[in-house]
Amino acid sequence: MGTSATSATSATKAEQQYVLEMKGITKSFAGVPALRGVDFGLKGGEVHALLGANGAGKSTLMKILAGAYEYDEGEMLLDGRPVKHKSPADAKRLGIHCVYQEVDASLVPQLTVAENVMLDAIGAADGKAWISPRRQAQEAGQILASLQVDIPVQRKVADLTIAEKQMVLLARIVRQEAKVIIFDEPTAPLSGSEADTFFRILSELKQRGTACVFITHRLPEVMEHADDVTVMRDGTKVHSGPVDALSMEELVAQMLGKTFAEEFPKVAAEIGEVVLNVKGLCQGRKVKGVDLTVRSGQIVAVVGLVGAGKTEIARMLAGAERPDGGEIYMRGHSMLFKQPADAIASGIVSVPEERRKQGIVIEETVERNISLPLLNRISRFSFISGSRERGLAERTIASLGIKTASAKLPVKYLSGGNQQKVAIGKWLEKEADVLLFDEPTKGVDIGAKSDIFRIIGQLATAGKGVLYLTSELDEGLGIGDVIAVLYDGSIAAVLPRSEATLEKILYFASGGREENL
Amino acid sequence: MKDRLMNVTFRYGTITVVLAVIAFFSIRLPYFFTYSNLSDILNSIAIVTFVAIGVTLSLAVDGFDLSVGSTVSLTTVVSASLMIWYQMPLYVVIIFPLLLGALVGLLNAFLIIKMRIPDLLATLAMMYIVAGIQKTYAQGYTIYNNMQFPDGSKAAGKMDKTFLLLGQGELLGVPVSVILLIFFVIVVHLFLTRTKYGRQIYITGGNEEAARLSGIKVKKVRMFAYMASGVFAAIGGLLFASRVGSGQIDAGAPLLMEAVAATFVGFSVFGAGKPNIIGTFIGSVLIGVLVNGLTMMNVQYFAHDIVKGSVLVLALSITFYVLNRSKT
Repeated sequence: MGTSATSATSATKAEQQYVLEMKGITKSFAGVPALRGVDFGLKGGEVHALLGANGAGKSTLMKILAGAYEYDEGEMLLDGRPVKHKSPADAKRLGIHCVYQEVDASLVPQLTVAENVMLDAIGAADGKAWISPRRQAQEAGQILASLQVDIPVQRKVADLTIAEKQMVLLARIVRQEAKVIIFDEPTAPLSGSEADTFFRILSELKQRGTACVFITHRLPEVMEHADDVTVMRDGTKVHSGPVDALSMEELVAQMLGKTFAEEFPKVAAEIGEVVLNVKGLCQGRKVKGVDLTVRSGQIVAVVGLVGAGKTEIARMLAGAERPDGGEIYMRGHSMLFKQPADAIASGIVSVPEERRKQGIVIEETVERNISLPLLNRISRFSFISGSRERGLAERTIASLGIKTASAKLPVKYLSGGNQQKVAIGKWLEKEADVLLFDEPTKGVDIGAKSDIFRIIGQLATAGKGVLYLTSELDEGLGIGDVIAVLYDGSIAAVLPRSEATLEKILYFASGGREENL
Repeated sequence: MKDRLMNVTFRYGTITVVLAVIAFFSIRLPYFFTYSNLSDILNSIAIVTFVAIGVTLSLAVDGFDLSVGSTVSLTTVVSASLMIWYQMPLYVVIIFPLLLGALVGLLNAFLIIKMRIPDLLATLAMMYIVAGIQKTYAQGYTIYNNMQFPDGSKAAGKMDKTFLLLGQGELLGVPVSVILLIFFVIVVHLFLTRTKYGRQIYITGGNEEAARLSGIKVKKVRMFAYMASGVFAAIGGLLFASRVGSGQIDAGAPLLMEAVAATFVGFSVFGAGKPNIIGTFIGSVLIGVLVNGLTMMNVQYFAHDIVKGSVLVLALSITFYVLNRSKT
């Protein structure tokens, strides 16, 4: 590896070799610090992995690098000269590019591969008015060939796989002589062999002297393909160095830190018989045979990092999507959900991940959102009884402590946490057996968060089975009686509360295996 | 301050315009504000209001039914032909077209829900197909009492006398079609605002995914809305045939835009911001009043569309400007 030579030279010399250097970068959002004086250096021709748990600040740092955010304090040097770019377009002009997970957003699906590779030339202000399709195809073909990628240049991008689209996007970036490329979870949507191709292109880029930043949750990929690694935690850099200096377990420890101690009110509940049993659930590439068991009074936390297949599992169990295979049993009866109404009828209700899009009807009132699943009960001869509806809403508002001026206020005027309580509240009187929560604490403040944990604890005490899906490892550890760790579409480990530690969860969630522990 | 002004405009603007237009015509035209003229206005808007109720229902589930005009044409021609060509009994003459309306709605729902064609495109296609069917069925002729066929023979039947009462008769001095209109406006209004089905319709239109995940069978709800839309268009068609006393082809074509205009004017009535029946009715009244007053002031018939179009633009501007301004 090319890094061994540079690491031997003196510190000042190494500094000069940085293609890009960030010094003491700070950034706050509405007074909340996201980055507190972060130093980050990138050398040409290296793959630099950036690790950190959710909220550690790695995306903020990379967005600053890519020009999507401006930093508050600090300094950024490109080739030793200070730069301060204000937009992604500025960053691209300087040779800093970013490949986000959603590659589709950066390509034009109706155009051909050649046109997409050459897109920046077409859009350039000083570009020629006339385009020669032949020359365009030729140039695009050369670039693709230089990356050893074999995609016919006349194909429409809409017809390509995600992996191929990623390659087209890379070719487009290569054409612009990129100095720095940031990859945000590039391998998450890829299959094993596609990921291999990706890493081959990555090493090709490295050989050309491009500095690559590689954000991922998959530690085995880091160990195998990265040269250097930087670990972030709580808005600061906690470790930086060559990748072989630390083992996987040590990296995990760095990501978690020692100071972690958050309190979750955990209520003991009597655990009863099995209510929900899932066997071999699978769907496409995302979910590959998941087994789960939920007992009454039990909280099962399904913990997985982004892209592990968590939301897909939640949606299948809620009846919102059809599984490709596997069985779902409710109290021993085999179930087939054609629509969410079927899942609800069999006793599974869910609080979906996207609150504003799926959980609530934002323009409607608190009262109407809460009464939504119970319209039959509050109606007489199909006419909705105003007093019953009000009663239901008031009971729910009181028992969950929803802060709203009135039951007749549209939910769009409530805070995120209170909106989430409405999304939970509508199921309170539905008498379901299993409640499904998909990231219920996303975008809610600390106070509402602990309220939500309290509510979930009470539901379990009342004898409900709870399936709690989250990518926040500490939440899963804090709330679950059992913690099922999801990695790459299947359950990597099932840990009882007494045996689970954050280190173990993160280890399994990052693709670690039992035998190596 | 500016916001409050905007909200007041949004809430009461349309109703003020309606009252102002009525006041203007009442002052300028001595005959305008009389019982017989006001009853004429309501009578004249009965048909388009039924069509507009259909459009309102389709918009309430966040869809759009463009095929209602063609459905009016089809049911007009079919009901006339059932009497004149086939001498069918009255109940067949009324029920069969209503079923046809429901069938058109069902086909729309199939294209939209099963084939996943966007609402506007599916119903646009349906609009053409149904328009073609009614012309083909009538062979391009107007169907009138004892009409003469190309081969020289004559049709045996006439329009049913009782049937003609629907569009031409009066009960205690009130036109039958106005009674029907008021009745259905009240019934559909109560249905949409007070029953669980109405609630399901609005929630489906408000956020289909959230409604679905809450256990509402959104496909059924949307199918119902489109079928109801077809049935109300069919009622419009029956009234049309009865009013005119014959089956004219393409009778409903001009009604589509008026119905859409009435519905969107209705969005801004009392600041509803969403499709609603009372608003639609008031929108319809506004159009009826304008046409009536302009006719009496001897404004040329061709110029009416300019006025109607301008009213629509005004109402749409208020509605969408205020709605999108308040969006977070």
